[in-house]
Amino acid sequence: MKDFLKRFYVFLIFAFLYAPIIVLIIFSFNDSKSRGNWSGFTLKWYRQLFHDQQIMNALYYTIIVAVVSSLVATVIGTAAAIGIHNMNKFKKAVIMNITYLPVMNPDIVTGISLMILFIFLRMELGFITLLLSHITFNIPYVILSVLPKLRQLNKHMYEAALDLGATPLYAYRKVILPQIMPGVITGLLLAFTLSLDDFIISFFTTGSGVANLSIVVYSMARRGISPKINALSTLMFVSVLLLLIIVNRRTSKDNNGKRRRHA
Amino acid sequence: MKNLFRISLAVVLFSVLISTFTGCKGEGKNNSKSKVVLNVYNWGDYIEETVIESFKKEYGIKVNYETFTTNEDMYVKIKSGAGDYDVAIPSDYMIKRMISENLLKKINFDNIPNYKYIEDRFKNLAFDPNNEYSVPYMWGTVGILYNTTMVDEPVDSWNILWDKKYEKQIFMLDSQRDSLGVALKKLGYSMNTRNLNELEEAKKALLEQKPLVLAYVVDEVKDKMIAGEGALAVVWSGDAFYCISENPDLAYAIPKEGSNLWFDSMVIPVTSKNQKEAEMFINFMCESEVAYKNADYIGYATPHSEAKKMLDPEVVNNRAFYPLEEDLVNFEIFEYDAEAMKDYDRIWTEITSE
Repeated sequence: MKDFLKRFYVFLIFAFLYAPIIVLIIFSFNDSKSRGNWSGFTLKWYRQLFHDQQIMNALYYTIIVAVVSSLVATVIGTAAAIGIHNMNKFKKAVIMNITYLPVMNPDIVTGISLMILFIFLRMELGFITLLLSHITFNIPYVILSVLPKLRQLNKHMYEAALDLGATPLYAYRKVILPQIMPGVITGLLLAFTLSLDDFIISFFTTGSGVANLSIVVYSMARRGISPKINALSTLMFVSVLLLLIIVNRRTSKDNNGKRRRHA
Repeated sequence: MKNLFRISLAVVLFSVLISTFTGCKGEGKNNSKSKVVLNVYNWGDYIEETVIESFKKEYGIKVNYETFTTNEDMYVKIKSGAGDYDVAIPSDYMIKRMISENLLKKINFDNIPNYKYIEDRFKNLAFDPNNEYSVPYMWGTVGILYNTTMVDEPVDSWNILWDKKYEKQIFMLDSQRDSLGVALKKLGYSMNTRNLNELEEAKKALLEQKPLVLAYVVDEVKDKMIAGEGALAVVWSGDAFYCISENPDLAYAIPKEGSNLWFDSMVIPVTSKNQKEAEMFINFMCESEVAYKNADYIGYATPHSEAKKMLDPEVVNNRAFYPLEEDLVNFEIFEYDAEAMKDYDRIWTEITSE
């Protein structure tokens, strides 16, 4: 009985998480544009998707911005986290509060203030402003995911490396970085996903001709969202799923290898 | 000393950063000088996409096509100067507001010879009385979409939305102007009234109706009506057209008390740096073939007389979708008045929170 309840609970959680995605996938094959009735199987939305210049453009910008902004934010954020970690208590408190603030700030405030800043600096709104804003709102998340890892670190490790003749930079690269890597990767992935689905900040900071997917999808709300978007989401979901499977297989193989070596 | 070094390093880095970006910006400018790029701002999914390509081919002008979700989103972007849009397609009341705030340029109609195809009854409309700022793109009404398998009687009045027979089978619009407008029209008042007593009466009527209403919805109403979840719904004519094509049991009627008449029109915001090309684009959109393609794809009513002739006669002769002038006697276009909007806001909040 207890087992059953356990399983049922897990089932319920996964049902809530995945039911919407399954519905979305099913309706990407619906012949009708409506989500209200099923009128037959078709692949036409997939065909139309690749011919839709607007969606393809948006996909391109979404991915470029997500990749570049998360990479840049990870580099800056990791460096900042190391800096903050080595500060004295008071300075640390000040800087951490400054870091938390943009995270707590509603997106719309961040978006509008960035837009006003760019207009004030007379920068033309477009790709660069979009990228800069994404880097900006990503940095705090990277800092916040790297810092705990630094706190767990044995601080004598670094000193030992220096004692053994490593330069500070070398010690950071070879001793500190590998140990905080899980935090860095978490930060990177977090930044990537946040950038991928941000709407509000992007809407205000982008300009002529540059739009990411969330802007395009949201703008369809009045006329009804086209099943082309379902098709695109299905493809994205499947590719992420494949990616995860590949990564998991690799890591489990690695682990097996290690275990064997130890034995 | 060390601090000084750090600060100066930071300053140098920052200035390098800035100069890189301004450098990029300069380049972009040069490009656009040699080749005009037209920035068009429209509702999502509100154009036949090949039209943009053919404009590019015909005139050699590249089009940056961008979309928005609500009039207000578009307004914020143009008002703040965030995008140098050359052509935008807002709705009636927003055009009036933008005119009053000097956000629109006067169009030189000499450059738009195709304007002659726009039906005369769609010229000199209330939001642009002297026809200086806008060219109509699509138009329509607000009416009742009903399911003929659930409603037997003829639908020709807003009163049917207050009929107890249809308890929990009615969808209302979650939009203050539209829902208050329905109640005002039912009571025989103007949709643009500023008389507080009339507004209070409308509020009472809506509160009285509230128990009968299944839900206040916006876009979802289409899927729900197609799936047969309700008997009656207040919808825009363009959406009604789409719903009927998906579910033939549905029908659309415009009530005899009158209703809202809406327009989406092409305008040139003051942010535009290429007025001549913007006018070329508007003129292109008014070419018969192009207007036909758009009307056929979107399914909303076109104000273009030639395009109308090319459309499926069954649609064009349907007075629900292409009402004649005599059907529109009691119809009104929404007006914009900042003061009145406050009353509308308050009353709508009182209704929804009750």
